[in-house]
Amino acid sequence: MRITFAAIRRAHLRLCPLLLLASLSTPAVKAQTAAPDDATPAFKQLDSIEARVQGCVTCHGQNGQGTANGYFPRLAGKPAAYLTHQLAAFRDGTRSYPPMNYLVAYLPDPYLKEIAAYFAAQRPPFAPREPASASAEAMQRGQALATTGDSAKGIPACIACHGARLSGMEPGIPGLAGLRSAYIAGQLTRWRVGERRATDPDCMKRIASRLSDTDVGAVAAWLSQQAPPIDAAPEPSNLVRMPFACGSQK
Amino acid sequence: MKPMRKFLLAMAALVCTAVAAGGALYLLRPGILPHQVAPVAVNPSTRTINRGEYLARAGDCVACHTVPNGPMFAGGRAMATPFGNLYVPNITPDDETGIGQWNAEEFYRMMHTGVSRDGKRLYPAMPFASYTQVTRADSDAIFAYLMSNPPIRQKNREHELRFPFNNRDLLIGWRSLYFREGEFKPVAGQSVQWNRGAYLVKGLGHCAMCHTAVNALGGSSESKAFEGGMIPNQNWYAPSLTSNHEAGLGEWAIKDISDLLQVGVSHRGTVYGPMAEVVYNSLQYLSDEDSAAMAVYLKSLPQKDSDAAPNQQARLVRPEVMEVGRKVYVAQCAVCHGAEGKGQAPAYPPLAGNRSITMATPVNPIRMVLNGGYPPGTGKNPRPHGMPPFSHILNDEEVAATVTYIRVAWSNNGAPVAAKQVNDLRTLLPE
Repeated sequence: MRITFAAIRRAHLRLCPLLLLASLSTPAVKAQTAAPDDATPAFKQLDSIEARVQGCVTCHGQNGQGTANGYFPRLAGKPAAYLTHQLAAFRDGTRSYPPMNYLVAYLPDPYLKEIAAYFAAQRPPFAPREPASASAEAMQRGQALATTGDSAKGIPACIACHGARLSGMEPGIPGLAGLRSAYIAGQLTRWRVGERRATDPDCMKRIASRLSDTDVGAVAAWLSQQAPPIDAAPEPSNLVRMPFACGSQK
Repeated sequence: MKPMRKFLLAMAALVCTAVAAGGALYLLRPGILPHQVAPVAVNPSTRTINRGEYLARAGDCVACHTVPNGPMFAGGRAMATPFGNLYVPNITPDDETGIGQWNAEEFYRMMHTGVSRDGKRLYPAMPFASYTQVTRADSDAIFAYLMSNPPIRQKNREHELRFPFNNRDLLIGWRSLYFREGEFKPVAGQSVQWNRGAYLVKGLGHCAMCHTAVNALGGSSESKAFEGGMIPNQNWYAPSLTSNHEAGLGEWAIKDISDLLQVGVSHRGTVYGPMAEVVYNSLQYLSDEDSAAMAVYLKSLPQKDSDAAPNQQARLVRPEVMEVGRKVYVAQCAVCHGAEGKGQAPAYPPLAGNRSITMATPVNPIRMVLNGGYPPGTGKNPRPHGMPPFSHILNDEEVAATVTYIRVAWSNNGAPVAAKQVNDLRTLLPE
């Protein structure tokens, strides 16, 4: 096994919060149902963006890697403009998820942008995939939808916009790698029923409303089982490649 | 030789001139001389409008009269009350749907007496019981400002109040019980600063709307002013400003009170919940003088503790509960709030000696542990530190034990809380 410098540094970064926490807790004890350690509040410097985003970590993890809890999405490596837009939408109530709406209700734009930039720049390792539970048939349908689409129903492939590596595209298309099936299915459903929307023309609305319940489950299951990309950076903006016009790419 | 000397002299002169010119330019560089621009004459109407805007912010008109993200002051926002939904009216200068046809006299009558232009009595969700204290001059300035905004055509929505509250005649009774009309009268013997603070707190600030208990009739009695109360429909507790067991400010430094109001964080505590909204929309825009004046007045409120601090018996905690709370605290909370609860103020508030934690009603600390929270981003604290939610990590017993721990550790004098109290709040959506 080759141990690279980067791997050592990554391991070190992961250990640091633990060491800090251990040094603070005089007899080192853990809560009975402690969060996974990478989702426990910890920081090195008080006046740092790292300390300021501690409000996010119990759900999204110290580096935005997402947590074992099925629903909380990975933020790391998503395009900064996408994350800024989502934070502003939570603040303004145009995207509804009460715990988020409440948390960011009174935060000004420049600060949301700074928080978004922080998580966009993180490259933590991907969490282990959740155990597969979908049927082979569903996985097959999911793969077809994600990689080739369904031309009969007018559904383009996920990878057309979200990229073959599923790492998203600047500035407005989020990466899908590392997301849990419950989260993906939840978002697609919200889009179908009009609870979640993007800037017009809302291409995701167009696509989601053409998916059946079975399609949503299948594509969410397949996407959540993909191996994480080596390079998790979003692709550069490419309007030519887009099957539909998307307001979020303007 | 002579031409050479002449040349040298000329060169020397040139160099001297260049140095002198450079020096002069350096000395006259922008920003070095006192800035002498004739004061721009702001015309009196603009001055009035600007003052009106400042006062409208102090009165936090925008919080209720604007739908989040909607056009400013166009109304339509639903206000949940224990009696049904009220829909806040359009106060843009639109002739048909707003206040375009009002005049300053009618606006003052509404502010001062709670009677609208059409003669209807207003429901007391409009804080006219506080605004009655606003001076005519200030009311006129606010009116001038409102009339300077773009008119928005948006029809007012009918209130959805349950019988019998939909009958405005009931308001006659309410008014005789709870409404005292009258402009603020400066108190002789108190400083100008104290009087300014009292005027802002009792008038435009309408602090009593939350910090005075509301009874079953939706009224608050004057004798209980600022003694604290649950905020109807929001499930946050607005602490007493007159009790040292709660948010009584008798022991606070003026700077800390003023910071809490204007900055949102201080060395003694941090605003959260509905108060974060007040700071974000209103108090952060106050001048340093005005927030200090409010602080001086609030600090001077008589401290009258209606309830004694819980006795030793009430504060007894089972050792195993204390141990669960301590373990959670050490693992999750200590990194920010410190092993001894001293916090890292103003970024992370102290918990030791923080009355917000130990008040008789444990609603606020329970909700903070469940839902976390960010203080408002304000002009003086645009990048606040925040607290994460723990509702998905800790069960009811653990939250109860943790809140119990911070209420009794470090000589805090709070009483333990029960898992049931946590469960009741867990089912609420955070807001």
